[in-house]
Amino acid sequence: MKFEEFAYGNTWVHHLDPRIKIVTAAVFSVLVALNHSLESSLISISLPLGLIFAAKLNFRALLIRLAIVNGFTLFMFIFLPFTTPGETIFTLGPLCIQREGIIQAFLITVKSNSIVLMALALLATSQIFTLVHALSHLGMPDKLVHLFFFCFRYIHVIHGEYCRLMNAMKIRGFQPKTNMHTYRSYAYLVGMMLVRSFDRSKRIVNAMKCRGFKGKFYILHHYEMKGYDYALVASSLAFSIVLLAIR
Amino acid sequence: MIHLIDITFSYGKKIILDNLSLDICPQERIALVGSNGCGKTTLCHIIMGLLKPQSGELHIFGKQRVTESDFAEIRGKIGFLFQDSDDQLFCPTVIEDVAFGPLNLGLTPEQARRKVSQTLKSLDLNGFEDRITYRLSGGEKRLVSMATVLAMQPEFLILDEPTSGLDEKTCDRLVQILEQSVLGYLIISHDANFIAQTSKKVLRLQGGKIETIET
Repeated sequence: MKFEEFAYGNTWVHHLDPRIKIVTAAVFSVLVALNHSLESSLISISLPLGLIFAAKLNFRALLIRLAIVNGFTLFMFIFLPFTTPGETIFTLGPLCIQREGIIQAFLITVKSNSIVLMALALLATSQIFTLVHALSHLGMPDKLVHLFFFCFRYIHVIHGEYCRLMNAMKIRGFQPKTNMHTYRSYAYLVGMMLVRSFDRSKRIVNAMKCRGFKGKFYILHHYEMKGYDYALVASSLAFSIVLLAIR
Repeated sequence: MIHLIDITFSYGKKIILDNLSLDICPQERIALVGSNGCGKTTLCHIIMGLLKPQSGELHIFGKQRVTESDFAEIRGKIGFLFQDSDDQLFCPTVIEDVAFGPLNLGLTPEQARRKVSQTLKSLDLNGFEDRITYRLSGGEKRLVSMATVLAMQPEFLILDEPTSGLDEKTCDRLVQILEQSVLGYLIISHDANFIAQTSKKVLRLQGGKIETIET
């Protein structure tokens, strides 16, 4: 499993204050999502594109991520042109392709790509733990923050356990087929992972108690806003105003 | 320092500890041996207050310990190393994991940082601060776990199978660390060689009772 692919860079985007990154990405996503005009959507995609460029992210890895999103928007191009009422530009037997449908599908594609690009540019360029810290600094409820954090921390351990169990099955000749034996074996695998995760969570909380944990996490790193952070806040504010004005 | 009086503990009908009594002095270096599943870990968890015995009394640091807050007091003073380092190391980076205990004890972030670098240095783990815990090797994980325990400046250590899964070199490092330390400890182990090198007294847990087999 690959995590934090983009998190270890050394550009100014990587060094931005994570609190600013989270707030900017969130505000930007809401603004873009609520936008209905194609022109302003096309303008809005330039901000994440610029940031991605500045962060010098691996282009191939980026395309793979975008391919996942655009797998979904592809369906928009398949269905919307036929189902959105509007001006017919092409007839295909009994089916009519509408201009509005194509514009609608294009709009959705631009909007979803710019939100994902923004998340990749700002959120993926921080390590998960930095984001977790930033979330707690931003006043997110402790329980949610802890949940997010422990999910990430132990996903490796659980994945490791999954691989070990899977290997144990394979070396005893297990080959998945479409039959009851396969379903039952997979069910055992999932069940075993659940039980083990539960046991592990109990051991972890015990280990934490032994080190004086009383329900509160203390934060070692504190953040400080620097020049680039103010610049990002200013430019995204200006950007938002432009977007709202065009609307 | 640690006194267990007539402790009884059972899982369902299976009696694990049967009216067990044990006294541990501060500077003692003890090995606890016994067959798999005989209750060695259970006994240690009872001392740390992670499990509640069905009957008996625990006196630790001159006071009877019953409630969770009683045990919270002693957990900073008795360092406990878990069998599986993945349970112990839960923070992403080494520095945060080692600082976790000191911060819980009320140190400021600045003091905690100093404590972390001191501890890592004393274990020859210089430069490990920003390493990612889940990417450490098994041996490194065990040594960092040891650092997380020692950073709390405990007065006594309990180590649950510290050598399981370790190579010879890391085992030797562990022996060295324990030799250099002034702390007393109780070690659960099956490793006869390691026990001979580290312990002055060997206790065997069998049939729910403790017997001293060697001093």
